[in-house]
Amino acid sequence: MTSLLRTSIGAALGRERARANIRRAMDGLVLKRLKAFPDVGELERLRDQGRAIRAHAVARLPELLEALEDNCRRNGMQVHWAETGEEANRIVLDILRRSGARALLKGKSMVSEEMALNERLAAEGIEALETDLGELIIQLAHEPPSHIIAPAVHKDRYEVATLFREQLPEVLAGERIEDLTAAARAYMRGRFRDISVGLSGVNFAVAETGTLCLVENEGNGRLCTTAPEVHIAVMGIEKVIARLEHLPPLLTLLTRSATGQRITTYVNLISGPRGPDEKDGPREVHLVLLDNGRSRIRLDPELAATLRCIRCGACMNHCPVYTRLGGHAYGTVYPGPIGSILEPQLRGLAVRGELAEASSLCGACAEVCPVRIPIPALLNRLRQESVEVRGQSQVAGKGTRRRRREARLWALWAWIYSRPSRYRALARVASALRALQPARLGAWTRTRAAPRLASKDLHRLARELGFPSARR
Amino acid sequence: MTEPAAVYFFGTCLIDLLYPRVGLCAMRLIHREGVQVIFPQGQTCCGQPAYNSGYRQEARRVARAQLDAFPEDLPVVVPSASCAAMLKVQYPILFAETPDEARAKALAARVVEFTDFLVRVLDLRPQDLGSPLKVVVHHSCSARRELGVVPSALKLLARLANLEAVEPDHAHECCGFGGTFAIKQPEISAAMAADKSQSIAATGASVLVGQDCGCLMNLGGTLERRGHQIAVKHIAELLWERTGGNTAS
Repeated sequence: MTSLLRTSIGAALGRERARANIRRAMDGLVLKRLKAFPDVGELERLRDQGRAIRAHAVARLPELLEALEDNCRRNGMQVHWAETGEEANRIVLDILRRSGARALLKGKSMVSEEMALNERLAAEGIEALETDLGELIIQLAHEPPSHIIAPAVHKDRYEVATLFREQLPEVLAGERIEDLTAAARAYMRGRFRDISVGLSGVNFAVAETGTLCLVENEGNGRLCTTAPEVHIAVMGIEKVIARLEHLPPLLTLLTRSATGQRITTYVNLISGPRGPDEKDGPREVHLVLLDNGRSRIRLDPELAATLRCIRCGACMNHCPVYTRLGGHAYGTVYPGPIGSILEPQLRGLAVRGELAEASSLCGACAEVCPVRIPIPALLNRLRQESVEVRGQSQVAGKGTRRRRREARLWALWAWIYSRPSRYRALARVASALRALQPARLGAWTRTRAAPRLASKDLHRLARELGFPSARR
Repeated sequence: MTEPAAVYFFGTCLIDLLYPRVGLCAMRLIHREGVQVIFPQGQTCCGQPAYNSGYRQEARRVARAQLDAFPEDLPVVVPSASCAAMLKVQYPILFAETPDEARAKALAARVVEFTDFLVRVLDLRPQDLGSPLKVVVHHSCSARRELGVVPSALKLLARLANLEAVEPDHAHECCGFGGTFAIKQPEISAAMAADKSQSIAATGASVLVGQDCGCLMNLGGTLERRGHQIAVKHIAELLWERTGGNTAS
């Protein structure tokens, strides 16, 4: 079986510097989160609340989206629906065309990555300028994000300095961290003045008020959404919440889980374009609602939990697999544990099912998830969907990863292990032939000594030593 | 749970074929406390390997044999948190909406992880006859997250007077075993095991102790291959040896 993941894993594990950078950053984020939630009881109550709010929103998604559309329109926004990433791209391109813009200021948005918007814009000769520092770094390096909240986390300051020396020599004064951020700032400030359309993501959209909430630390989000004449917000349809009062607990969970911050430097609540008496703000605000497979995920009562995600990234920060591979090895828009349940559902098990296997099911992700998504249980479920042909489910690519050889092995295993007499016969044979046990056991012994079969199995020892098989 | 007159012992397939000494030590420790230990000869494997590989039908076939093997209303003691969690947490899910659901739930309710049984049911106060020893403890992810029995294991070790038990850095992190994960994703598994081995060796302890033979097989094999002189013991073996138990064969 060809395996994209397998190939990229070897390469990722070999990149010592990136591995060390990621590990250091993740250790830091884990510690910051821990400090941000000093009271465990309070944290667990908050997580219950977060889970309830998000589960409620996902359950009522159609009506909340209609309410959101109505209220956003009432606030003067223009609302667009996109079934696929390409439809969303066309909507954005259309708006750019009507505005006569040849460039787009971009705040950080994972949905725009999902749309592959930058590539699509480039094909139309339109420049996308990433304004989030991390996003700018990887844009200059021609790389995709490696983490959903810290896209350039695999790079250290020295690598960034080298990159800036090559790409931004005109604004770079030195190579201290302050010099690097100042260079990025100087580079972007000029562009904010002359680009007339800004695009942003959305962290939460409040249905009852038609409000878009956007959190950020650099102020670039506020600039992208207020300085240009036109603001386009793109969001996955699952980001809607029912009420404004749901926002504070979710924001608390989001920022503390993500970076250990009690609140981000900027919390933007966007409720429409510039009013008639107002002196600033965009003249047009567009909201693009992207489905791209989410409605289908929602149909499964168990897998629908995937849509509760608020994209804090805590699952990847705590994941031993992500920590070692970094985001690029996944070859997906969303890496880490959330990506390993979301991507197979969005793109189908045939192309992304392997991700569900790239987990030891250690449970570190579920332990920290602010909305209690049972990620290991969903990974297990997706493994089942990958190999099971029978049964009904909505998961795309169901049964496509079933391999005859593996299926036969499990059938044989079940044939033996479901019948104690057969199992005991196997144990007897294995013990008798233990001298013939091979010293090499495939991948296991490439890095480990082989375990040795015992001369007598426990069943036999228990019998010999008089431990009864049933109550006497 | 009050102290029972008798318990079932679920040996796990790994212990059965590779580490029977661990099973014997555990059974003898319980027996020594005056509790009859019943080892049903009909037991095989909890079914977790197939379950975690997506083959639920096959897992159910094997799991059903375990439902048959432990029929009476007695506690089922399991010297592995991973297998115990399979029985206790996953069986009700595996058998949901099947004719065996009630039986699965009944068995699940009776399952107790070995260290948890010793501490919370027997309140074992072992008399440590061993010489001073520093051990490093590795808890399985099932012990830590699925069952929450880490406090029991630590309490047991703390009750051994001449023992110093330390934890490695990144103690919360998985050792990379994960059952079939080690076979299906060998590179990541090996990288995790290598890091964990390094953290374990860095403690300077001469013995690695744990309550799951899966992790111990992974870590022991990796430590040995990397040339570290660290003995690997299941907590049952350590307890049996340090409390005057005869050498179990």
